[in-house]
Amino acid sequence: MGIEKETIEVAPGIRQIPNTPVFITVIDKVINWARAGSMWPVTFGLACCAIEMMATGASHYDLDRFGIIFRASPRQSDVLIVAGTVTKKMAPVVRRVYDQMPEPKYVIAMGSCACSGGVFRTYSTVQGCDQFLPVDVYVPGCPPRPEALLYGLLTLQQKIKSESKRWGFWRR
Amino acid sequence: MEELLQELQEKFSTVILTVETAKKDLPTLICKREGFLEFIKYLKEEKGFDYLIDLCGVDYLNYKYKNFEERFEVVYHLYSIPNKHFLRIKVRISESDCWQYSVTPLYKTANWFERECYDMFGIRFKGHPDLRRVLMPPDWEGYPLRKDYPLFLEPEKDWEPYKELVEKYQKERGS
Amino acid sequence: MSPLIEVTKKDVVSETWEEPFYLNMGPQHPSTHGVLRIVLHLEGETIVDCDPIVGYLHRGVEKLGENLNYNQAIILSDRLDYIASVANNTAFALAFEKIFNLKVPRRAQLLRTIVCEMARICNHLLWLATHALDIGAMTVFLYCFRDREWLLNVFEKICGARLTHSYVRVGGVRLDFTSEIIDELYKFTEEFPNRILDYETLIDVNRIWLKRTKGIAVVSAEEAINLGLTGPCLRGSGVPYDVRKFRPYDAYEEVSFIVPTGKNGDTYDRYRVRMEELRQANSIIRQCLDKLPETEGQPVVADNAPDLLIPEKRKSAVALPHPKKGYFFKAKEEDVVPPGEAFASIESPKGELAVYVVSDGSNKPWRLRIRTPSFVHISAIPDLTRGHLIADLVAIIGTLDVVLGDSDR
Repeated sequence: MGIEKETIEVAPGIRQIPNTPVFITVIDKVINWARAGSMWPVTFGLACCAIEMMATGASHYDLDRFGIIFRASPRQSDVLIVAGTVTKKMAPVVRRVYDQMPEPKYVIAMGSCACSGGVFRTYSTVQGCDQFLPVDVYVPGCPPRPEALLYGLLTLQQKIKSESKRWGFWRR
Repeated sequence: MEELLQELQEKFSTVILTVETAKKDLPTLICKREGFLEFIKYLKEEKGFDYLIDLCGVDYLNYKYKNFEERFEVVYHLYSIPNKHFLRIKVRISESDCWQYSVTPLYKTANWFERECYDMFGIRFKGHPDLRRVLMPPDWEGYPLRKDYPLFLEPEKDWEPYKELVEKYQKERGS
Repeated sequence: MSPLIEVTKKDVVSETWEEPFYLNMGPQHPSTHGVLRIVLHLEGETIVDCDPIVGYLHRGVEKLGENLNYNQAIILSDRLDYIASVANNTAFALAFEKIFNLKVPRRAQLLRTIVCEMARICNHLLWLATHALDIGAMTVFLYCFRDREWLLNVFEKICGARLTHSYVRVGGVRLDFTSEIIDELYKFTEEFPNRILDYETLIDVNRIWLKRTKGIAVVSAEEAINLGLTGPCLRGSGVPYDVRKFRPYDAYEEVSFIVPTGKNGDTYDRYRVRMEELRQANSIIRQCLDKLPETEGQPVVADNAPDLLIPEKRKSAVALPHPKKGYFFKAKEEDVVPPGEAFASIESPKGELAVYVVSDGSNKPWRLRIRTPSFVHISAIPDLTRGHLIADLVAIIGTLDVVLGDSDR
């Protein structure tokens, strides 16, 4: 290949034309890099896990260093952290919040209740929010420790970085 | 406390059916529904029972040690902050005649307690300003805390809007 | 899908404006502390009336509790008021102990008192953090979470969990404190009063804070009792009602503390009451820690406490005379638990938390009723908000200190 002869690989998948400020890479990579670097979750606490979500965002664990900033409006955010038990009365609301988010959007199911219903196998509880939402990352625990949520968010970053053919008009 | 019970029993002999103090953590009065409002009003205004701690329903369907006919009981826990007196008052309600007088005009706290009791047991409260479901959605069927209501609903019997939501999502995912 | 914005009250007829103006707030709103939804009836920016709608977190704990045995039901209590879960454990345990006729060892009582007050500090710190954040003070949020994290680490050493402890069991507590925990708590109680001063320096005389809290949601003492407000919300109005003093449980009889009260019954007074409670809680922990060495080596669970898995049935042999020779034995089913009813209430950080249990002799409660402070406090929102601005509503929800898991159960 001509490109490989004339360019140098500076990072995995990124090539530079020597002595010029010109880099060659795949557009997916650039876009995924940008997306993974600024995941903005909705401030949407449902139950107990919301407290751990707040603790993750607060002083000790400090989510800001990953470029993760909580947004109060679903229209400005990329990630929906379903933090807590989803009840049947709440399910349409959660779905509406998800529908309001612009694409690309991701869902993290945080806590046993959001993953599978947890201990609450009752008449009013949804047995896992994946019954009506496409979930990307499941974080188990009751409630998960802030480290677990951090790990879940980093896993989601990995997932976003390896994505192709999922979002975007140019891929159709 | 015993004087108070004695006095109440004499004054409201038509309302109070029995007074139980032995083997109980609190003095328990079992009252009739008729004349109940006057009784509570007397307690509040004359005896200083100014604070309604709790109001709840209990379903005694097939209870092992049941010695009465009615199915439901509405239990009131009354407390008097100035005198430190504590009372438990029970009113028994049959299933066919499922209503009780509302105490909301006397205690504003009772407003939501009664709504919840209606929501969970289907006991109606006469004189309540705004009797709606409070915890379950307004179009929910059945009264969850009754003993003949299942703990877990089968998918076919689910709440209609939720069923639609799930079906819509399944269809989206399938396509 | 059912309409999310539906107007529930249409009967108001206004003469100046053709039709009333309704605004929906929540359930997805960062300042409603969870999934509270309020339908506001407005006139300009003034709230004429409002209708709080709860139930978005109704998980059926009461029904589920009737299908689990007594020890399993304690696990559910963690998830009610998840900010101070030990307080819920204690309320459940106290009620169940009345059913089982258990006497808790003194050391367990002291340990319970310590963890309950720790939970109070945790709760008030989180309340201060979110209340200040709602009103617009970001720094307090970060400070409070820093100190809360310290206490959560201690909790983790005690029982292994940060939020949902399940530390209090029927008849006592799960584990004894190690010397490391006691040292850490001594260090904490030494340092914490200075931290309270820090927060007070930040907001006590802050002009924005004063303007947003003074004279907001004023409740008179009589009104507060009638509305059923308890805890700091009631004491802010000047009523010194505190379950710890009126009907003492655990080791509260042994410790000395004062019940702080306010004068005006506004949001600022309730804030002051809570800050004073933080100091009192700190001193109660200190007093209990000083008493701990007296009970060194005593058990922390009552001897006759039920096993974790309470058996469904128990059979005992009844001797009957045999027709031909001697006796023959017949199995007779016995009650695992004495039948009856019990009511226990505690002063949880938010207010009075009461549990009413009816037992039918089996290993599961027949009825498990939980009277939670948040439910009552939310029901008082319409009476408190009338005539205030929308922006004040956020301060009012904050000052009532509601948790929706607690309210909806």
